[in-house]
Amino acid sequence: MSFLGALLRHGSGRIGACVIAVFAVAAILGLTGLTPHDPLAQDRLARLQAPGATYWMGTDLFGRDILSRLMVGIGQSFAVALLSVGLATVVGTVLGLTAAWFEKLWDGAVMRAMDVLLSFPAILLALLIVAIHGPGIDTSIVAIAIVYTPIFTRVVRGPALSLKTRSFVDAARTFGSSRRYILTRHLLTNLVAPLTVQITLALAWALLTEAALSFLGLGTQPPSPSLGLMLSDSRNLMETAPWMLIFPAVVIMLAVLGFNLLGDALRDVFDPRTRRALG
Amino acid sequence: MTLLSVEDLRVGFGKSGHETEVVHGVSFEVAAGETLAIVGESGSGKSVTAMAVNRLVDFGGGRILGGRAVFDERIDVATATEAEMQRLRGREIGMIFQEPMTSLNPVLKVGAQIDEIFRKQHGLSGRAVRQASIRALDRVRIPDAARRLDQAPHQMSGGMLQRVMIAMALAGEPRLLIADEPTTALDVTIQAQIMALLAELQRETGAGLIFITHDIGLVAGLADRVLVMQGGRAVESGPIDRVLDHPSHDYTRHLLDAVPHFRAGQAVRRDGTRDGRTSALSVRDLSVRFPVGGGFLRRTRGVVHAVDGVSFDLVPGETLGIVGESGSGKSTTARAILDLVRPSAGQIDTEGRSAVQMVFQNPNASLNPRMTVRALLAEPVIAAGQRVDDTVLDRMHTLLARVELPADLDRFPHEFSGGQRQRLCIARALMLNPRVLVLDEAVSALDVSVQARVLELLIDLQREFGLAYLFVSHDMAVVERIAHRVAVLYAGRIVEMGAAQEVLSDPRHPYTQKLIAAIPSIDRRRIDYAIDTEDVASLLRPVGFTAPPQTWRQIGPDHHIATEETS
Repeated sequence: MSFLGALLRHGSGRIGACVIAVFAVAAILGLTGLTPHDPLAQDRLARLQAPGATYWMGTDLFGRDILSRLMVGIGQSFAVALLSVGLATVVGTVLGLTAAWFEKLWDGAVMRAMDVLLSFPAILLALLIVAIHGPGIDTSIVAIAIVYTPIFTRVVRGPALSLKTRSFVDAARTFGSSRRYILTRHLLTNLVAPLTVQITLALAWALLTEAALSFLGLGTQPPSPSLGLMLSDSRNLMETAPWMLIFPAVVIMLAVLGFNLLGDALRDVFDPRTRRALG
Repeated sequence: MTLLSVEDLRVGFGKSGHETEVVHGVSFEVAAGETLAIVGESGSGKSVTAMAVNRLVDFGGGRILGGRAVFDERIDVATATEAEMQRLRGREIGMIFQEPMTSLNPVLKVGAQIDEIFRKQHGLSGRAVRQASIRALDRVRIPDAARRLDQAPHQMSGGMLQRVMIAMALAGEPRLLIADEPTTALDVTIQAQIMALLAELQRETGAGLIFITHDIGLVAGLADRVLVMQGGRAVESGPIDRVLDHPSHDYTRHLLDAVPHFRAGQAVRRDGTRDGRTSALSVRDLSVRFPVGGGFLRRTRGVVHAVDGVSFDLVPGETLGIVGESGSGKSTTARAILDLVRPSAGQIDTEGRSAVQMVFQNPNASLNPRMTVRALLAEPVIAAGQRVDDTVLDRMHTLLARVELPADLDRFPHEFSGGQRQRLCIARALMLNPRVLVLDEAVSALDVSVQARVLELLIDLQREFGLAYLFVSHDMAVVERIAHRVAVLYAGRIVEMGAAQEVLSDPRHPYTQKLIAAIPSIDRRRIDYAIDTEDVASLLRPVGFTAPPQTWRQIGPDHHIATEETS
């Protein structure tokens, strides 16, 4: 496919895609139980072991294998990020499209509500929602989705407003095409590019927010492994067992970097002006 | 006396040492008091040539690669330093651009922008500046100049702004004026005013004028000499009469023939008849109003009467041309018939939902770039609640063949040229076998030679399917070639309507007369356009306003004019 080819020819696109692909494999192995050790099994004899032949990334305070826990943690974090961003995309797109289409009172109501949501710092809003509903994976998915919905609403509404004045939409109206047909066939198909870029970037933010919630003990609950939780566990052992801190931190950083590189590359690939330069 | 002498001028763009040459050795001369027209299509290098003369091309990433451009027999522009050029620009060489709306700073008052020129170039200060500015606006025939100086650009019309631009270009008393398509963005009556103004000012000041345009008909009334450019080369040059009457180069002949020229009713079609036919489309007292100033929790401040009491009939096989300038309500009328805008009053009778279809101005915008030909042609069928079966596919192939497009249903719009895309739009509009086609500036966005072919296709299709056309256009020459009847719209109302031949050859309403007198044509040489500073009447009315009813006077068997002034 020429689109994938163009993405892989793009310098940062190639790096981003590789990083995300490696993590995706790790996540799938982790979620299907194909880890080197049992991520939950405690071994008192092997507490706080440095990275070595048996435990590649060392063990934690309870003698659990860090690598296995990381793989499951990546799986958990990716799943939460994907589900919440998916939810935000669907809700945000529907709200943005309908706001642009109907304008007037509905547009005013939707966009002002989105302004209110956007006026809170993301993590604070997520904390508020979790505080109301109690901690857990389900709650953090919903919370992260609500936090990022306004961004999708805005990303969709702007271009939709201009698309709806284009004459192909007028032409569709003169044929008597239904509202649903126009919204899906004419508006949505032309929004695929900005939405794809936005989804990729939102995955990076969602990953960070999930890690932050878990770090504060409001996301994934122990003993289930999660990137934020593992960071939190390592806090007091930073000096005696730095591997407990370094590996999850590097994974979070690389994943966020990977999604950002991928998002930037997608933006370039979708933009006809830069696409020509990419060849 | 030779004011500017250009020899073998070559201009290129790109990195130093790797320039792509776009002007390949052009030579011409301009004398004081003389007008040279540079004519060519987009990409011919006509603008670049003119921009090289005052070295503005430097700021667009270009460079003069060779040749000489001697101004006033003393300074070679091609080798002058930027400091020397700054003394030349504005004081000796003035420039007028195409888009007056974007050439002025929108947040500064017009007066402040003119004052600055007099302060900088003439060293004036205090009250003398304002007086000089008022004189400058008086000179370009702007009524009530003192008040106009305190207005922002958005409060003025396009024609008024172009006059301000001319006043600014003349402020430095330049001896050479370069006008780059100065009327292309303006309506035809405003264009005539600007042309008249330029001719008169040139007589007053004795300056040389270089007039750049794509429309060879436009300069017939103004220029002394013509330079025809194609692909960066001058293919023909000479006195205006010799070039227009005895063109020696094929390309000049092509320019003269490809463009439909207005012939005052002599080129109208004579194949239509209305006898005994019942109307395919009937419009009675159509009005469209738009509230102004309303919005989320805000109150309506006024009402724009875009269309006010328009009535007409259209019979099968007939074309009604609706002509008028921007803001006359012609497009709104078309859109109201297709229910794209909601009429506030009136009655539209057709033979069902799919009996009327529309073709839009810009084929690039009216085809969804992400849909294939198959999906595009299927859309009206799906919208009508029918299944896309073999019969429909057969019809797609028949229509594609009829509009002379390849029978490949899997192509995307960007794989076609502009003319082909408009053919695709026409095929799409015909999918449901309509009785009436509304053509809203349907050929205006096409290149002139493509335009002629699409017009021919439309006429053929009309004869074959017995279609009725509502042909909305600002271009009288095009309307003359396709319309049987013509309706002239002014400020939302029809002011004159009747057989095309009669209306175009013998216009009776003052506005129609003004409109037709303003049309440039190669047949009209050195005409003195009358300077007329009247602006188009505002359509903004207070809430609850009702226009007085129109009364009609019959001129001929099928020729009526409105007698009530629509102001």
